[in-house]
Amino acid sequence: MTVTVSIPTILRSYTGNAKTVECSGESIAKLISCLDGNHPGIGARLLDEGQLRRFVNIYINDEDIRFMGSLDAKLSDGDAVTILPAVAGG
Amino acid sequence: MRFDSLLESVGNTPLVGLPNLSPSSDVRLWAKLEDRNPTGSIKDRAALAMIEAAERDGLLTPGCTILEPTSGNTGISLAMAARLKGYKLVCVMPENTSVERTQLLNMWGAKIQYSPAAGGSNEAVRVAKEIAAKNPSWVMLYQYGNPANTLAHYTGTGPEIFADLPTITHFVAGLGTTGTLMGAGRYLREQNPDIQIVAAEPRYGELVYGLRNLDEGFVPELYDETVLTTRFSVGPREAVERTRELLDKEGIFAGISTGAILHAALGMATKAVKAGLKADIAFIVCDGGWKYLSTGIYESSLDEAEAALDGQLWA
Repeated sequence: MTVTVSIPTILRSYTGNAKTVECSGESIAKLISCLDGNHPGIGARLLDEGQLRRFVNIYINDEDIRFMGSLDAKLSDGDAVTILPAVAGG
Repeated sequence: MRFDSLLESVGNTPLVGLPNLSPSSDVRLWAKLEDRNPTGSIKDRAALAMIEAAERDGLLTPGCTILEPTSGNTGISLAMAARLKGYKLVCVMPENTSVERTQLLNMWGAKIQYSPAAGGSNEAVRVAKEIAAKNPSWVMLYQYGNPANTLAHYTGTGPEIFADLPTITHFVAGLGTTGTLMGAGRYLREQNPDIQIVAAEPRYGELVYGLRNLDEGFVPELYDETVLTTRFSVGPREAVERTRELLDKEGIFAGISTGAILHAALGMATKAVKAGLKADIAFIVCDGGWKYLSTGIYESSLDEAEAALDGQLWA
């Protein structure tokens, strides 16, 4: 099972400047382990004490995972995952 | 309708049905036309509410200077109200906003301090906080953390929608300061605990997310995620596509953030149809398209529109 993950500019130092990477995992938590395995250190930038960091947003097919079970949110083959820093509007 | 002054006429906007975009008579879409406010955007509500709250609290006195970080619409609303009430206004605005915003702010007499494009509104907030520290007599209303912003929607936008549409099942709005969703969302949920409160968040080009590190991210103090049912990130391509669809099918000439909101609203409509449920989905038309004409997105191809908006704060 493979999902495509979009990496924000500030985390591309971990992915050799790749904008998107592929990884696998049935949940976001497992996906982050997979990402950290392939790109050591990236996991600690996303999580703090096992929780998603406050200024990190992750979306599965454009829906915010915090409303889909957060790190337990389920993934299916072909899903698109996007990681973005939180920014202001208004 | 008659009002004693322009400021009295803020709010009480029409809720308009969308017979052509609604999937069926059981699943209907309704547009709350916030472009019908005095300066043409929903921000008139929050701007006026914040100024009046600061006057009541004694923070704002005649001749005061107001300072505000804004990507445009809030600044334009504040500029109009400040002009009528005799305040000076300094806006901190990211340089990657449409040229019309600068023109409108100048027209109403506001001073503009530009903040760097990279980092978008996060940078505007940071720069405004620095300026505030150096100018202690200036009053920063701070839309991202000012409860009067939320309250304007709790007492205005929310009740207006519910009065016009008591059968409402979904409320969809944009997520910027979060004031609209928090205020109207809380009011509507009190009336109907099962209502779905849906956020559409603009997904900008990479420049806007160009923070130096993740700790410089920003979540408005007003934000309470328990008010929301779900939250969608909508990119410029979908936003432009829906903005044009709204114009083509329903004749509504809206700004680009409205397209992002409509995209989320149509997603909820499709879900309701699939589930065989009745739905009355109300969404916010934040502003008209006038301020975005210079981007060319109403006439160009979708590829060109997407390229034109790359790196711009289009919502």
